[in-house]
Order: sequence, then C-alpha cells, then structure tokens
Amino acid sequence: MREKLVLIGNGMAGIRTIEEILKNDSNRFDITVFGEEPHPNYNRILLSSVLQGDTTVDDIVLNDYNWYEENQVELMTGDPVVKVDTENQVVVSQNGVERPYDKLIFATGSNPFMLPLPGADKEGVIAFRNIKDCETMIDTSKKYKKATVIGGGLLGLEAARGLLNLNMEVDVIHIADYLMERQLDEQAGKMLKEQLEAQGMTFHLQKNTKEIIGENRVERIDFTDGTSFETDLVVMAVGIKPNIALGQDAGLTTERAIVVDDFMQTSAPNVYAVGECAQHRGIAYGLVAPLYEQGKVLAAHICSEDKSLEHGYEGSLVYTQLKVSGVSVFSAGEFQDGEQTKAIRVHDEFEGIYKKVVVQDNKVIGAVLFGDTSDSTRLLSMMRNGDDISGMSKVALLPSESGEAPVSPVVAMADSDNVCDCNGVSKGDICSAITENGLTTVEQVKQCTTAGRSCGGCKPLIADLLTLTTGEEVGNAPEPMCGCTTHTHEEVVAEIRELGLTHPREVMNVLGWESDEGCSKCRPAINYYLKMVDPIKNEDDPTSRFINERVHANINHNGTFTVVPRMYGGVTNADQLRKIADVADKYNVPLLKVTGGQRIDLFGVEKEDLPNVWGDLGMRSGSAYAKALRTVKTCVGEQFCRFGTQDSIGLGVELEKKFEYINTPHKVKMAVSACPRNCAESGIKDFGVVGVDGGWELYVGGNGGVDLRGGDLFCKVKTKEEIIDTISAFMQYYRENARYLERTSHFIERVGLDLMKKVVLEDEEGRKALIERMDIALSTGKDPWKEIVENEDKQQEFKKKQVEVLS
Amino acid sequence: MGNIETVKKVEVAKLSDLSVGIGQRVNVAGEEIALFKQKDGSVKAIENSCPHKKGPLSEGIVSGDHVFCPLHDWKINVNDGKVQAPDVGCVKKYKVEIKDETIYIHLSL
Repeated sequence: MREKLVLIGNGMAGIRTIEEILKNDSNRFDITVFGEEPHPNYNRILLSSVLQGDTTVDDIVLNDYNWYEENQVELMTGDPVVKVDTENQVVVSQNGVERPYDKLIFATGSNPFMLPLPGADKEGVIAFRNIKDCETMIDTSKKYKKATVIGGGLLGLEAARGLLNLNMEVDVIHIADYLMERQLDEQAGKMLKEQLEAQGMTFHLQKNTKEIIGENRVERIDFTDGTSFETDLVVMAVGIKPNIALGQDAGLTTERAIVVDDFMQTSAPNVYAVGECAQHRGIAYGLVAPLYEQGKVLAAHICSEDKSLEHGYEGSLVYTQLKVSGVSVFSAGEFQDGEQTKAIRVHDEFEGIYKKVVVQDNKVIGAVLFGDTSDSTRLLSMMRNGDDISGMSKVALLPSESGEAPVSPVVAMADSDNVCDCNGVSKGDICSAITENGLTTVEQVKQCTTAGRSCGGCKPLIADLLTLTTGEEVGNAPEPMCGCTTHTHEEVVAEIRELGLTHPREVMNVLGWESDEGCSKCRPAINYYLKMVDPIKNEDDPTSRFINERVHANINHNGTFTVVPRMYGGVTNADQLRKIADVADKYNVPLLKVTGGQRIDLFGVEKEDLPNVWGDLGMRSGSAYAKALRTVKTCVGEQFCRFGTQDSIGLGVELEKKFEYINTPHKVKMAVSACPRNCAESGIKDFGVVGVDGGWELYVGGNGGVDLRGGDLFCKVKTKEEIIDTISAFMQYYRENARYLERTSHFIERVGLDLMKKVVLEDEEGRKALIERMDIALSTGKDPWKEIVENEDKQQEFKKKQVEVLS
Repeated sequence: MGNIETVKKVEVAKLSDLSVGIGQRVNVAGEEIALFKQKDGSVKAIENSCPHKKGPLSEGIVSGDHVFCPLHDWKINVNDGKVQAPDVGCVKKYKVEIKDETIYIHLSL
C-alpha cells in the first residue's frame, strides 16, 4: 500500500514541492491537497498583471485541474483544513473531510496584514492578495472613481498601477520617506517615485493613517497629521504575515512562522512546513526563489532512502528582480551603505538609470539596479560565489557602462549558474534541453524545462541562450524542413523535380520521412512545392492545407470565420455595398470592419453558412486567408487627385486581376501610388509601385509587419506593361526559389538584391522564361468560392451535424 | 466509485460523410465532438475543444494519429486525447462503434 501524503495549502510553494516529489518518485504516495481558494494552483506573482488587464485568471494558472487528475492528486478546493491531530496523524477539513497521513506538509502561506484602524471593517476596505481581491477591485472601478492604497512597497505599487489601468484616481500612502525601502536605497526609491508620478499616481510619504470614515462604505480617510481626503476604495498593502494559526493549534513550535530545521521538519514527527509559513534559521522568506529551493530540499528528504546523502537547506540569498509598472528594478544582498562598505555608483539622469554596487572586504555584498538591470545575473553570481574583486578594475564591475557593444550577460555565466531563479533552472540545463530536443522558441524552453514559467523575468536571457546555442549550429548544418525529416526545403524541391513526385504522401514516403504522416509544418510546404513545380499535373491536396486555405476563410479565436470579398484595387460600388449589407443582416454578422488592404471584413460567420454567404454576396474571394496575392492597395490617382500623375487605380485593378489566385510561398501584398506622396504605402509592400512624372518606380521586398522593412527600389520604367512583366518575372523567381513561409523581404535579404536584378532585369532569356512559367501557373487559378457554391459535393465539409439525444 | 454509469450509444454520422484527413464536427446534445476517419477505416472521436484556447480540433490538419489545433498548432493524439510535448493536457475521448456504415459513439450520461 502506498504511503499517504497530505498537503495543506494549494499554492505555489506546496504544489512545487509535490511536483518535485512526483519527479523523484511518482508512485510512492497517495497525495491529497487541501486549498482554501476555489482555484487550482495559480501564479500569485502575476496577480498584478490580471489586475492590470494584461492577462486573465486562466492564463496565470500553473497547474490546471488536468494536472491534478493526471498525477492522481486528490484536490479539495474551497475547503481549508481546520484541525490537525499530530498524535493520530490525521487532518480534518471545514467540510468534515478526514484524511490520515504518513507525511504532512504545511504550506499555508501568509495572510495580508490588515492595519487595526478604526473603520478598517467597512465595505470597500480590502487587501491585495488573491483572485477575489482582484475581482473586487475590478468591480469597484466600474462604479467608483477614487482609490487609496496604503503601503508604498512592491505589492502596494502594483495594486496602484492596476487601479490606474482601471481608470481610477490613485493616492498612495506610505509611512517611510521613500518608496520600496525594503528593496531599494533612497536614490532608487526617489527615482521610482518620479517615474510613477509621471504615470499618474499621487504619493503621500511619511504619512500615518488614523481612521477610515464612512457610513457602511468607506467615504473618507483621516491621517494623524490632521489632514484627510475622500476616497471610495482603500487597498491595504502594508505587508504579509505568515499564516500559522493552524500550526499553532496543532501544537507546532512557532515564532514568527512555523519553525523548521534544515530539512523543513517541524517540531512534530512527520510534519513539515515549506514556503512563506516556514521559518528557517530565523528567516521567513516571502519570495518565490527561496520557496522553490525549500520545496526541492523537502521533496528530496521525503523521498530519500539514505538520509546521509542529503544536503539540507542552508538559506537563500535574497534578491528582488522585477518590473514595477514598467520600470526594471533589481536589488540583492546588503545594498544599504554601511560604515564598513564602499560603493560604486553610476547615475545617468538623462536615461533614468541608476546602479550601485556595494563592496566590503573586496567582495560584492549587495547591489541596486534601476532602469537597466542587465548586470544583475553577473552581480548575483559574484555575490553567491564570493568572488574576490581586488584584481578587477572598478569599471569591469558594471561592464554595460563601458560603452562597448552590449554582450548578453548569459555569455559570462557558468553552466551551473541559474538563468531562472524562480524554478532553479541553470544555464547548463537550458542549453542541453535546447540541443537535445531541438528547441527553437522561448515557449518551448519554458514547456520543456519550466524556466521562465513563474515571473517571466528571465525570458530575455532564455532568448539570448537560444540565439547562442542554435546560432552556432545553424552555421554547421543546414536547417531541415521540420522535425519529420533531415532534408532541407531546397533538397525536397530538387527531389520533387528530379523524381517527378506528385503527392505529399509520395514525397514523404520516397524521401524517408520519420513520421509517415508528416506534420502541420511539412505537409503544407510539400503541397505548395508540388503545385509550384508542376501546376498543371499535380493536384492540390486539401488535407495538407491549413484550415483557412481549405475552407477559404479566416478562422477566428472562437471557431467562427471571417469573409473578405475581393474589391479590385480597393474600388467598390453601391451594388456591392448593398449586397454586403444584406448578407450582414441575413446572417447576423457581428462585426463589419474596413481592412488595411482596402476592403471589408465580415467577422464571425459560422462555418456552415460560408457557402451561402459567398453565394449571396456574388463576389469573388479576396484571398485574405491565402498564401497568395492578397490585395492591391491603391491611391485615387489622376482620376480625382490634383497631384496624381498616373492612373494608380487602373494599374492596381489590372495587377490584382492578373495575379489573383496564384499560390506563393507566403502572402504577397501590392500597392500602387500615383505620386511620391505614396498614399497607398507602396514602400512597405512586397511589390510597391509609385507613379512618377513620365513613368513608374517599382519597390520590392517591403514589409509592414513583424520585421518592418522599407522596399528596395528595383527599377524605373516608362510603361505599365513593363511593370507587370517585371513583377511577373520577379514573383515567379520568388515562387521557385523561396522557402515556404519566407516573405519576399526575407528572401531578398537572403539572396541579395543584385542577384534579383540580374535574373529579372538583365538576363533577357531567363526573364522571358520566368514570365512564361508564371503565365502557365496563372492559367490554373480559379475563384475557390465560386467552385464550392456551384458544386454541392464540395460543400460536405461545411455541414454541421446536430444530434439530439433522447433520454 | 460505486456509482452506476449509464452509457448511451448514439448515432452520429454515416461513414460516407467522413473523409480521411479531414475532421468532422458533430454536436451531440450540446457536446461538440470531432470525428476523424483513419486510413484503416476506423473512426476516432474526441472532444472538439483544444485544452489551450478551445480551438476547434475538427478543423485542424490531421497527420495520422495526430491532429494539429488550427489556432496555435498544439498537437493532440486522436486515439487517447493526449496533448503532445512540449505542451501538456488532454481532451476527452469517446468510444466509437461502427456498424453497417453507421458511426455510433458511447456517451456516458
């Protein structure tokens, strides 16, 4: 029979300990968790971002209900333990649930400290500690205007920032003479105050609250200096106190918190405490990194067979790295000046940067960084290792000030140094995860190693490590198409041509794909390459297309679709608009919006309505979902404009009609402007045409998206026929030589503008051949909406089945 | 747990309604279910809602035993409903029975 483990407290420290125990020995215990809040374990550190509107409650859940189920952890939410009998080893919850235990862990965390002021029990006086507090603040902001935060520490300032975002007026009351005095020195605290004042907070320093006045709800707040002001909400954020009432009742030895030894054991046998409710060597920690270190030690201890091999917990070096309302702040160790210490200071008032490194006996013992915290990892490592700095030049302590090109701090880190201090993940751990699992994104590293999963502050470092680790390898080996194969894009295209392959399954089979069926990366790429190589013979494989291209509409976050009918050159008429209006009414389209590409989005159409919507519109597909020509944006040009030198609308319509429904490696956007004022934004399009007196300029490789890039002037010609031919040849070369999902902007960077000029403008024969191949490909283009509307068989996929169950 | 579970067999589609490589969604008494016909003629049925952001899995690219969520490309096994690494989670799976070209699924009520 398995041993029984009970955890009291469903928060970050407790659940982290359980995770560590499961990692050590997943079969050893039957585990039961009691939690007071009606939620699974969530990231309390990120509560402020929920309040600030950046994330939802769901987003900050660390272990969802599935996790408990998968790991067979019994979870009792909303049901705190009310009695612990350490003699008979059993706990009882509020709802009367009884669980015997072999091992018991207290992880009851802490409670907000409420000032015992007269009136503190009035409605509208709250703490800032859990999801419910957040919800109260959000609700209050809808009805009331003025908020007061008592406490200018970290928690108070985060609450204040959140309330500002909720459009409340915020006053912050603080007892000390500068902000965050536990984490910052006076200079940094003053700089922080200036920054936050600029954001709209009002501060009242060295002020003591006397009383909270109001009938039922708070109306006014009075101070000991005789002043007072009106307020609708009071948030107390003056500190936390370890939640030890249950531990005391159970007879555990407590001081400020539950006293534990180096193995987190309390005074009672088989009872442990971890996290904010535990006091180790006189210290009760309130930051996440020490709590996780404790969890690791406790898990090892509980699972260990040979106690002599264990290393106990020896306490943590406390440091703070955080963003207070967008300002980066770091402090660690003993950062206040003392009689025995000397400090190195950098203060840049222009940039709002302040750095102080405190040195004693040739060792760094503390630091404060404000505005720029890029030196933090290195300083922390020096403090942990106790490096002797007598040999170092003073400038070298803060190398980011030396004026050299910035080098990522991860470069200087040892493999054993932690990148993610919250979860205790070292540089070495991350590097081997990247190489062994072929990780390429911060998100993947996070999922694989848990680095960056708590406060997220180390994400820039993880990104640097990815660049460093994979960057070297990309140089050595060409990148394969995806995880299913070692073949590169270029090799796959060459084999398709050489062996005359005709279907994605055949390609994967012949080229020895590791997984028979491919994946969502390679299948669409292969399907594109096949059609590109032989547009006439090779059939399209709809199962290899992303949903948008398969049903010719853009999928939305809720599973509905968006329909964008084509309006050549952005020109429409009363008849089209009437039809769009009628369709919007008939199908209850929830949102109509004008797109950036000069046409109209119909958002929120149900999948089963798509064929009927297209039929009723009687317009052609705008390809807004496709790896194809999207739209040609135009300015009005000489038809009406007093500056226009050319017929931009005319050319735009002609281009769009010619190139619609051509498949390309990625989406292609065009624009035509009639003069250099460039009202159609031709400079940031894949192909941008600008009319000038007596001719046209063609810009290529522009991009207004993720990687902003101005287009390169490719050529200047006299006639629009030359423009069309040049685009034709260029686009065909791009179709044949770019990797799938490579935009023209990246393609040009890779192959070079000179090469493109050579093959498109200088090599006459080659240009002619490119244009011919383009014309063949264009001959296969069809309006996909029309095909589906006119063919009942093709509508099968759109149908939705509704099944009633009679019981 | 001692409870008596009632399982109900419900007809959801005809085999000919489905094609290999393309999911089909059915709404069974309010439950959205995604059906996938496989190469071997079997049919898999899972909850039609990705554990990540509730994307409709029936619309995803199907590669053998896996479907890729159309919203953010999470990879889910259609046999057991498990999310593939590095993401984690799972969706409900349903038992499927095929009899004379008709597809039934087992619903627990």
